[in-house]
Order: sequence, then structure tokens, then C-alpha cells
Amino acid sequence: MDTLRVLVCDDETGMRIGVERALRHFSVRVPDVNGEVHFTVEQAESAERALELIDASPPEILLLDLKLPGMSGIDLLERIGPRHLETLVIMISAYASIDAAVRATKQGAYDFLAKPFTPTELKDTLKEAAEHLILARQAKKLALEKRRVRFEFISVVAHELKAPINAIDGYLKIMATHAAGDDPAVYARMTERCMTRIAGMRKMIEDLLDLTRIESGQKSRELVEVDVCEVARTALDTALPSAQVRGITLELHAAAPIPMTADRGELEIIFNNLISNAVKYNRDNGRVDVKVEAGAGRVRIVVKDTGIGIRQEDVAKLFNDFVRLKNEETRNVLGSGLGLSIVKKLAVMYGGEVSVTSELGAGSTFTVTLNCEAPV
Amino acid sequence: MTEHAKTILMVDDDEDFLFQQKVQLEAIGFRVVTASSKAEALRVIAGSRPDLVIVDLMMEEMDAGFTVCHTIKAKDESIPVIMCTGVVGETGLEFDAVTDEEQAWVKADVLLSKPVRFEQLKREIDRLLAS
Ligand SMILES: Nc1ncnc2c1ncn2[C@@H]1O[C@H](COP(=O)(O)OP(=O)(O)O)[C@@H](O)[C@H]1O
Repeated sequence: MDTLRVLVCDDETGMRIGVERALRHFSVRVPDVNGEVHFTVEQAESAERALELIDASPPEILLLDLKLPGMSGIDLLERIGPRHLETLVIMISAYASIDAAVRATKQGAYDFLAKPFTPTELKDTLKEAAEHLILARQAKKLALEKRRVRFEFISVVAHELKAPINAIDGYLKIMATHAAGDDPAVYARMTERCMTRIAGMRKMIEDLLDLTRIESGQKSRELVEVDVCEVARTALDTALPSAQVRGITLELHAAAPIPMTADRGELEIIFNNLISNAVKYNRDNGRVDVKVEAGAGRVRIVVKDTGIGIRQEDVAKLFNDFVRLKNEETRNVLGSGLGLSIVKKLAVMYGGEVSVTSELGAGSTFTVTLNCEAPV
Repeated sequence: MTEHAKTILMVDDDEDFLFQQKVQLEAIGFRVVTASSKAEALRVIAGSRPDLVIVDLMMEEMDAGFTVCHTIKAKDESIPVIMCTGVVGETGLEFDAVTDEEQAWVKADVLLSKPVRFEQLKREIDRLLAS
């Protein structure tokens, strides 16, 4: 529950008391925000007194009479203007001349309420002001949260890119000083490791680019009719060399062409990530079976491997950014930890989802379902 | 060379770090046995007595390094242990093998923070093996 502090500044006692009474049991329900908003009312009989109260603790809403003995309402606005308070100012005046109204607006007045007003008119005005305040607060909180997430993301990226650089740097220093003795095979191995780490870094950068493209509203999307089976075949061809090295069999199970409206590049990303994982986390001489099916306006992509499997408690984490499972089997497998989070984001864009079933030591099956018609 | 013909067990899950330190230590005459997980390290310790152990604090489990360290010291208090860690300044977890009290807890003789320079590592190894 939120409580907004209202300061009413008017030289007429009756007016101040009237406002206090009208708002005492008044509450507002703001859409999109849980709970009700209540009001507490403070009173000031002059602008000088109001200034004191504002200095002590600025209210959320200031109901300010234009014409006051001593310092006028406009003068008060001019005084508090430079302080950039979050206070919403509502001018109350019997005879707001156009000129005064313009001046007050220039000084940041939010609304006007002509005297005399009924309690209902007051409440309507305050309801509107409260909604404005609460929604502005929400927006600010959201912006802060977005910034925090962004910072966190950047610091993880920095860390992930520093690790391969440190490794490569270490190798280069040893090579430069011949600190590893005379065996050329050792140096060849070091060169190979450098290249592997550079490849890993390149993959990370490509994944980051995929991710930002997806999240930035992808200006370059091209939605056309695509044969999903054909995309699957291309992805399997891409994975073939790395599969063959380890004796892994790749097979596509799909009948006729399966058309869907999609950006081909995005479908490729889904297949490439799932198939490369199914190879990377497989055992030597294992299998990867890719199945594509259509039905009820949806396309189902199933990638099944005979690999290391995933623990049940880890399954939920997999689809978050930068999550990599650390264990003896995955230690020497390079990756960014972004692949599955990208797959999930894409699936959601196509009105679909990703799921996984897995048995430790036996294999995993990743299933992606997508809507056939164009995503919005 | 004879003074260097000692066996060092090196435990780290960073394959590249392990490889880099190993080849350099071998180049100056040490024998180096490597282990890339807590389980592997415990197996090596169970079957042999290295002259010195270098262990990474954070492996697949948060504090696997502590366990390895503890097991070595329990087996033979006189085996010097150097603990390497990327933790200080990165996760806010801070400690240093300085005071006796802290040393009793950490169990390592020296704590080095990553990235570890080889010169620095070599200096600590020489110092610990000389005493
Ligand atoms: N087919 C699979 N079998 C077993 N584990 C997998 C499989 N696919 C993904 N994983 C696990 O999920 C983690 C996250 O996958 P992903 O986001 O694609 O990142 P990475 O770049 O590490 O492969 C991997 O590090 C791996 O531990």
C-alpha cells in the first residue's frame, strides 16, 4: 500500500480543512499496481510556511493557492523550481487569469483546480495525479532494474572474454621466452590451444551478436516461407565434420517438406545450437537423431542424443544466460553458455517453447515447438 | 638439476593454466603430476606423496581446494601447499594465508591470487622446498 503526502497551502482555513476532510478516507486504485493509494494531508497557511515544510520533507502533491498574503503561489513555485523535487503541483485559484496560469505552468504546475470545487472534483484531480505519480515511480524502478540487469550482463561478458585472453596470453609468454624447453611438440600443442580458445571466443561473440539481434527488435528479420526440414539438413551438414571426428552418427527423420513462415537465420540458430550441443555433449560413437514434425499449426523439432545427460536439478537452469554445467565430462567442452538461452528466446518469439528430458549417462532430448504462421 | 628433481602435484580445473605451469616447471627440472578435479587429486594423494602441492581453490565445487588442502595436511603436515585463487577481489570472498589462525583454517602455506605469474610461483616453490 502506498501513501501519498499532500500539502495544501491556502490562507483560507476552511479550504484547508475541507481538503483534509475530503481526503481523509479517500483511496485510489491505480491500474497495474497492487494495492490502494491513500493520502495524508498537511496544511500551510502561507507560502512561507509551505516552503519550510517542503524544505523539511517534500510532499508528493502540493495543492497551492495562487493568491496568498506575502509570498504568492507563483513566487513559491519559482523558489522550489530549481530544487527539482518530484512534487506534483496543483494550482487552486478562484480567478486564474490566463497569464497566471501560463506562468504557473512554466514553473512546473501539473494541473489546475478552479475554486470553488466540490469534494468530487478534488478527488478526481487527485486520483489523476496519484496515477501519474505511481506510474512514474514504476517506470523509474523498471529503468533502474533494467540498468542493473545490463550491468550484470556486461560484467559476465567481460569475465567470460577475459578468461580466454588470459590463457592465450599465458601461452604466448611461454612461447616468446621458450620457457617450456626444447620439445617442438609442446609448442605445437600450445599453438593449438591458443587457436581453440580463440575459436571459443569467436563463438561467444557470435552468440552475443545473435542475442543482441534477437533482443533489440531485429530490424533485419525477413519472414518468408521456409522448409524447416531443409534448414535442419543444412544444420546437420554443418555439424557433420565435428561429429565424424568422434564417430558420431547424425540422422534426420522428416517426411515431406514442412513449410513455415520464419526468418531462416533464426531457424538456423535454433538447429545449430541444439545439434552442436548434441554433438559436443555426446560420447564417442554416439548418435544424434533430429526429428521434424508438423501438426495443428505447429512445428515440432526434436533433437535426441546419446550423450552425458543432464541432472534433473540442473534442467531448469540451462536456459538462462551464461549457464554452463561444470563437471568432469563438460570440463574440456568449450561454449558460451548462451546457446540454449538464445534457443529459448527464439522459441518464445515464435509463440512456442523448449523442453528437455534427460537421463544422466544415457542422453538428452530437446524439443522445440514453434507456431507455423508468422510471429507478431 | 638434482635439487629440482622433486614431484609437484598440481590441481586445477583450468586446463590451460595447468598445462602452462606444468611445461614451465618441467623445463626447470621438476616432475609434475596434474589433476583436474578434486576426485582426481584425492586419488593421487591416496597413492603417492608429492613434495609440494599447488591447488586451485575454486574447482567444480565452491571450496574443493580447501578439501584437497585439508586432506594433504592430514596425510602429512610437512607437505607444503600453495593455493591459487581467482576468488579474492572477484567474489568478495577474502582471505590471506597470513596469520596463524587463518593458516590453520585455510591450511595452505601460501596463497596466490590468479593470474599467477610463473616467476612468483617458482619463487614460492623454491622457498617452501628449501625450508
Ligand atoms: N545435449 C546436451 N547434453 C548434455 N548437456 C547439455 C546438452 N546441451 C546443453 N547441455 C548443458 O547445458 C549447458 C548450456 O548449454 P548452452 O547454453 O548451449 O551453452 P554451451 O555454450 O555451454 O554449450 C552446457 O554447458 C551443458 O552443460
